[in-house]
Amino acid sequence: MPSLWFDIAHLFAGGVLVLSLVLLYQDRVTAAINVFALQAITLALSVGWQAFIQSEPLLLVTALMALAVKGFVIPMALHRIVRRLDVHREVEQVIGGGATMLAGLALVALSILLLQPVSGAGDVVAHEDIAFALGVVLLGLLMMITRYNAVTQVIGFMSLENGLILAATGARGMPLVVEISVAFSILIAFIVFGVFVFRIRERFDTVDVTVLERFRGERREQG
Amino acid sequence: MPDVTIGLGCAAGFLVIGATGAAIGRFSFAKTVIYGLSLALSLIALGLALSFLLRHAEASTVILPLGLPGTGAHFRLDALSAFFLLVVSLGGATTSLYALGYGQSERAPLRVLPYYGAFLGGMTLVVLAADAYSVLVAGEFMSLASWALVVAHYRDPAAVRAGYVYLVMASFGTLCLLLAFGLLAHASGEYTFAAMRATKLGPEVAVAVAALALVGAGSKAGVVPLHAWLPLAHPAAPSHISALLSGVMTKVGVYGFVRIVFDVAADQSPWSGLVALTLGGVTAVLGVLYALMQHDLKRLLAYHTVENIGIIFIGLGLALAFRANGQDGVAALALTAALFHVFNHAVFKSLLFFGAGAVLTATGQRDMERLGGLIHVMPKTAVVFLIGCASISALPPLNGFVSEWLTFQAILLSPQLPQWGLKFAVPATGALLALAAALAAACFVKAFGVVFLSRPRSPEAAAAREVDRFSLSAMFVLAALCVLAGILPGFVIDWLSPVTSALTGAVLPHQASMPWLSIVPIAESRSSYNGLIIFLFLTASGLFGAAVIHKFATRATRRSAIWDCGFPLDSPVTQYTSSSFAMPIRRVFGAAVFGVIERVDMPLPGEMRAGHFQVRVRDPAWRFIYGPLARSVARSAQWLNRMQFLTVRSYLTLVFLALIGLLLVVAAWR
Amino acid sequence: MAVIIALALQFFQIALIVAIAPFVLGITRKVRARLLCRRGPPLLQVYYDLWKLMHKEAVLAHNASWVYRSAPYLVFAATWTAAGLVPTYATGLVFSWSADLIAIVALLGTARFTLALAGMDVGTAFGGLGSSREMMIASLAEPAMLLIAFTVALIAGTTQLSAIATVFVTAETGLRVSLGLALLGLIVVGIAENARIPIDNPATHLELTMVHEAMVLEYSGRHLAMIEAAAAVKLVLYFSLIACLFFPFGIATGDKTAAAIAIGVGSFLCKMLVLAVSLPIAETSVAKMRVFRYPAFLGGAFAAAALAVFLRFVSRGF
Repeated sequence: MPSLWFDIAHLFAGGVLVLSLVLLYQDRVTAAINVFALQAITLALSVGWQAFIQSEPLLLVTALMALAVKGFVIPMALHRIVRRLDVHREVEQVIGGGATMLAGLALVALSILLLQPVSGAGDVVAHEDIAFALGVVLLGLLMMITRYNAVTQVIGFMSLENGLILAATGARGMPLVVEISVAFSILIAFIVFGVFVFRIRERFDTVDVTVLERFRGERREQG
Repeated sequence: MPDVTIGLGCAAGFLVIGATGAAIGRFSFAKTVIYGLSLALSLIALGLALSFLLRHAEASTVILPLGLPGTGAHFRLDALSAFFLLVVSLGGATTSLYALGYGQSERAPLRVLPYYGAFLGGMTLVVLAADAYSVLVAGEFMSLASWALVVAHYRDPAAVRAGYVYLVMASFGTLCLLLAFGLLAHASGEYTFAAMRATKLGPEVAVAVAALALVGAGSKAGVVPLHAWLPLAHPAAPSHISALLSGVMTKVGVYGFVRIVFDVAADQSPWSGLVALTLGGVTAVLGVLYALMQHDLKRLLAYHTVENIGIIFIGLGLALAFRANGQDGVAALALTAALFHVFNHAVFKSLLFFGAGAVLTATGQRDMERLGGLIHVMPKTAVVFLIGCASISALPPLNGFVSEWLTFQAILLSPQLPQWGLKFAVPATGALLALAAALAAACFVKAFGVVFLSRPRSPEAAAAREVDRFSLSAMFVLAALCVLAGILPGFVIDWLSPVTSALTGAVLPHQASMPWLSIVPIAESRSSYNGLIIFLFLTASGLFGAAVIHKFATRATRRSAIWDCGFPLDSPVTQYTSSSFAMPIRRVFGAAVFGVIERVDMPLPGEMRAGHFQVRVRDPAWRFIYGPLARSVARSAQWLNRMQFLTVRSYLTLVFLALIGLLLVVAAWR
Repeated sequence: MAVIIALALQFFQIALIVAIAPFVLGITRKVRARLLCRRGPPLLQVYYDLWKLMHKEAVLAHNASWVYRSAPYLVFAATWTAAGLVPTYATGLVFSWSADLIAIVALLGTARFTLALAGMDVGTAFGGLGSSREMMIASLAEPAMLLIAFTVALIAGTTQLSAIATVFVTAETGLRVSLGLALLGLIVVGIAENARIPIDNPATHLELTMVHEAMVLEYSGRHLAMIEAAAAVKLVLYFSLIACLFFPFGIATGDKTAAAIAIGVGSFLCKMLVLAVSLPIAETSVAKMRVFRYPAFLGGAFAAAALAVFLRFVSRGF
């Protein structure tokens, strides 16, 4: 198998990671959704390419699912939600943009470091892909904790899940059953989050999750 | 006569000059005598150091019956000492020349002249000393003499405060060096460097010595976070002393570090290289950022010294890491880069401080917000100051670029290093160095643009006159060195080869024999740079452009009023000032690094009061280290109490951090 | 004879860059105008403009110093020198070893330093504003550029542009994640350094949105001509950097036969054409940013380049 094929697989995995970093500093909700959709499409391409080079048609199903659900259905749904909530023009305060980026870079470095020593033995390409995947997972987590807006938190959560899929395809053969159950759990989580967002919205007239903290009486009022 | 004896003679001569200064200081001719003698003596020492390096001479040792009973004081001149003696005496010579003019205006000569000779003598002794006892005594002598010079203007409360902070930090540094030498002396049972060198150290001792040397010598050199005294003390002294403090004495600190970790306790692990490198990177960026925030010209220069020390330590750290991994050739490259930068910084920082002194003499101002337009009234100073600014901003074809280029080349060779920590720290440091280089250019556009260009912001600036010819000639000598070392760097690299061969066991290829006088650190297929060709190309294409236009188009010129988009405002306060120039960078980096607080008080339309704008910039070292040290205990108790009342997000953060911590442990485990 | 041919080839490259620079700029303007449904100026308009400016009287403010008068020539010289050392149609030209990629980046720094000083010389608010912002942008763009240089240097094992191009065109480098990141970074840096949208608008004359134009606001006549020419050369310099680092095919690497040189020149001109057409397409599809959005934009380039360097440091495989 020519090394160019692995290079392309790499390029797609790297693209997913870069889009995670891009996602990290988007401060508009709609832009974040679009970047997320782009990431899902890149992920689908990556998985599809893996299906081709590993000759595993089942992975193709995963790729199509990712493409359809996360590349189109969920982003469209999110756009609708955002529009209905009337927050599509909102600019979110990202906590310390530069610091977040640096933290993101450090996390990527950490994940590469973690998976580097073993990559000497065995399949180099797969390990480097897993390093990328771990990076995507950690960046998704980072995004969840640096955001106040419930919608962008959901996006962070789903980009985290993209990392899981990337890891699964790189590792050669996560069974489809696991795949599907992960996908379903994500879908359910999405629905739960959706309901949750509307609930906050109804009650507090905002989707900023800090209001929940205030409601619990934990956050001292400013001033 | 062995070389070291001549060197010691020079040091003794400086001390005699100091004593003479105390004796005759009250007479009006004293300044000329003292500075003239210092100049002559410095030139002798300079000649000695240069000839030592050019001859590749053998090290020579002399033992004087001084100091501790039974051991005597050892002095030795080897390649490393000779190089630093060159830096010290070059600084001494140009400073003395400059002071022949500048020093005449000193109102309290008795507070400067005696200590001037003592200071030069102390620095010379430090670089010559070859046992722990004499190096510590000489170092302390140097520190005390320079302290006396810092508080020379003792009526200024800022100078007194600077002197106090300086004294505390210098003592702290000496304490660390004392401990380092104590460990070494314990291992070898002797005080001489020769005995220490011969002793094999255990790995823990070597690391402890390196750490103590980094703290001790680093506090004298001004490594972040031990730099806190430097921006206070350097500007407080008279300007020619500031040049010595900033350009030369910080290098003596660097010398201490190099002497200990490369020579006396030479078997270091790569990790000490990692620490020096990382500290260097942080120092470089913080130093230049803080320099950008200043509007006092001398303080700006002092903070900028911190940046350059950082660059030097990056090179030293790389050299340590490479040498510990047995890659001597690359270690020689990194060490050459660091030492080249030592030389460069001594040259251009002295030049810039001389320029600042000239501005101070001519206008009585150090505050950049009250200067401007000096290029019209001080044209010669402006030329040399511009050369200094361009060199320090690492612009080709001048000398600052060469040493940074060499450092970059060393960084690019470091993927071969096996330690994973270095694999991450080196590229990060490379990024920091690149950032520091770019910010330095911004800093010196600001310095030159605000002080020498634009329109005068105060009557004093408008009425300034060119300074005396001694000051000018000192500055011209240094500016010429900047240009020469920039377009013919190969010769400087060759002079450094005895030092690198002594410390790393390898030398760079002989540069003077390269075709067209280019510099080639490793191999021609890998990288090369030719300052001379670049210089010729720049000159030729600039002249060609001008000639073509003047010959075939027009050279008609008309003078008229400023256009300024059709709304020229006459008042000079409408110009950009130093604070406004730095504002975008302050916005970008300031909030995170300095905790900048900007307060705008804008009167509403119709209100008759003045508007106010206030900026507060705090040094992170004070903010994060010295201040909190005192307050930390009480706060920690309170903080623990709050753990019970966190939000969902914070708990999530904690879980996240715990996960990361765990992963780090896993990483370290393997 | 060989020496004469070698020198001739080198000077041909130096001359070629200056000769085509206004034309390349003309293409970008034309394409941009067409995309905005305007007819746009003729393709040769930039030459006419330079010619006209050169023959006009230069108007200087009363307090303009020699820095102001000599800066345009120095800026032009530094940019031209840098551009003349980037391989365009052939590698291994006779002076190609006198400056490597790092030195070329630094030479552009020299040009910028000079121009920023000139902007402060007369002492107007706009000049200072331009200089200050230009240096802020540079302080973010230059480190990113150096990290991009690191990336390609680590892949090729050399910092010499000629050698890098030779490695990329002859050896099997393959597609590399780090190279992709570097290309991304270089495009962003190139946009910022050439004062294109979304960082700066070269066509604007609304004072508060200007960066580069504010800095050169006071210039007129032949001085302005030099600055405009330098800007055009700089654009071509960045185009040739992208071409030489990432699309080096067609470049003459071995013997300088007439056929190889013809192919080299032809492919170079084609690459310039493609880049000159794609730049305005990218430009017209985005809006200009606010000044304090630049750090995020350029920080992205910095992050991409830093990531690329990291990947290269850790593993040969990336």
